[in-house]
Amino acid sequence: MIKDDGFAYVVAAAIKHPVCYNSSMDFSQITPADLFAVLSAAVILGCVIAFLFVLPKVRRMLPGLLQYRHLLSTMVVRDIKVKYRRSVLGILWSILNPLMMMIILTIVFSTIFRFNIENFPVYYIVGSTMYSFVTGSTTSGMNSVLNNAELIKKVYIPKYIFPLQKVLFSLVNLAFSLIAVAIVYAILQMPLHPTIPLLVIPVFYATVFSFGLSLVLSAAVVYFRDIAHLYGVLTMAWMYLTPIFYPFVLLPEIAQTVLQFNPLLHFVNYAREVMMYGSVPGLYENLYCMAFAIVTLVIGLLFFRRAQDNFILNI
Amino acid sequence: MQPIIEVSDVTMRFNMSRDKVDSLKEYFIRTVKRQLHFDEFFALQNVSFKVWPGDVLGIVGLNGSGKSTLLKLIAGIMRPSKGTIMRTGSISPLIELGAGFSADLTARENVFLNGAVLGYSKQYMAERYDEIISFAELEQFQDVAIKNYSSGMKARLGFSIATITKPEILIVDEILSVGDFLFKEKSEARIKELMGGGTTVLLVSHSLRQIETLCNRVLWLKSGRLIMDGDALEVCRAYEEGSRG
Repeated sequence: MIKDDGFAYVVAAAIKHPVCYNSSMDFSQITPADLFAVLSAAVILGCVIAFLFVLPKVRRMLPGLLQYRHLLSTMVVRDIKVKYRRSVLGILWSILNPLMMMIILTIVFSTIFRFNIENFPVYYIVGSTMYSFVTGSTTSGMNSVLNNAELIKKVYIPKYIFPLQKVLFSLVNLAFSLIAVAIVYAILQMPLHPTIPLLVIPVFYATVFSFGLSLVLSAAVVYFRDIAHLYGVLTMAWMYLTPIFYPFVLLPEIAQTVLQFNPLLHFVNYAREVMMYGSVPGLYENLYCMAFAIVTLVIGLLFFRRAQDNFILNI
Repeated sequence: MQPIIEVSDVTMRFNMSRDKVDSLKEYFIRTVKRQLHFDEFFALQNVSFKVWPGDVLGIVGLNGSGKSTLLKLIAGIMRPSKGTIMRTGSISPLIELGAGFSADLTARENVFLNGAVLGYSKQYMAERYDEIISFAELEQFQDVAIKNYSSGMKARLGFSIATITKPEILIVDEILSVGDFLFKEKSEARIKELMGGGTTVLLVSHSLRQIETLCNRVLWLKSGRLIMDGDALEVCRAYEEGSRG
């Protein structure tokens, strides 16, 4: 496990604090993990300061944004109605789908590959719920601008509403698939750790991250339609690059290091920590997740803002 | 008095690629083969004018002269390539009726959705719901999915929603021909009522008779340039003669 106190060493060294010259601190023990954590903290701090600078501008836009919150909620409700009205099993599908996938994969991986994972069904369903949330929301977010082309051509609406709406809708779907998780918990009689409600933390990180990514994708796909196909392949690769149905320690060490740059890995691990192992990830994990989420959001907002004025000429 | 809309030196330039390049693959191949050409097209060039509160401004011009582009710029749907547009006051764009209707939802749900698209709250729409439905004469069909509506019914509902609110600026683009002749009379009466209430109206129409009767001022656009700006009768006459010539 990562030792969180390395953080203090790096900060102390960076600001040349007198404590550096105190021999009681051992700098040779600073790991890359410590450096990344400090880097993450610096990035988060930078984003927060940058945000404070643009705050007056945001405040001026606020009345306009509040005006459209009704649109946002109405569109989310519309999506839910359209999705569930026409199917006989309705909401049940959102629960049955992950359950059936879990049963199939449990059979496959407990008989053929025999990974030694305790409570494989739970391990899988928690991981795949997070994965489906991120890829599902970004995929529908990606297409949201193109699908609303007719509206964008005729009325003025702040355009980021479309990807945001899809991410929020995926959040509703996530809530339904958590029922599936609850069923698995009940059947396997998993211990109910007091940390389970903390699942909202990784879900929050993943939501911010997905919104940022959706902003980038939805703007890019307006100019280059084949990005949609490309992303389909990428999400497939993403599934194998995230330990959803295999144990992470199975990978060679170099792969384990490289995959630290996969944001989904951290969200999935975080969810499993609070859901299965009853522990709360430390400062480092939170810093990584936050940095991934904030950086993606900032890139998304900047990219989308630049691109949105020309949407109408390309859709 | 403050102008309600101020258009200053607006130019709208479109890049028109000869063949539409909309995939990465295509873009990559053409960049390598150096075949990436863009043609520039000016939909509007250096257009400036002011609109005062209460004006009923007509815009005339042949097809492709930039009328719809100008309206879209004023509505905020597009941003000008050059120049600025200042606007004060709420705006209701009647550019295309029923934009944003969701086919799978009922008329009732679509009223609220469409109201939200125009930026109105649920409560605001709930207060006006009955009036919207009765003006559109759709009482029997309010719980039918929109996809089963005829195009006339859809247009009536769209018109009813867009005009139920009292916007400060109303943009009307060739939509006074909605529905049958009875509904047409009713919708013209509604527009006139809004004008009487002090709403500023921007009207695009190919019917010069309509422009002459409704407008107090007319702009004439020709190939994206503002040719004339003045009294309705005068501009309409000049437009007719100038376009034939």
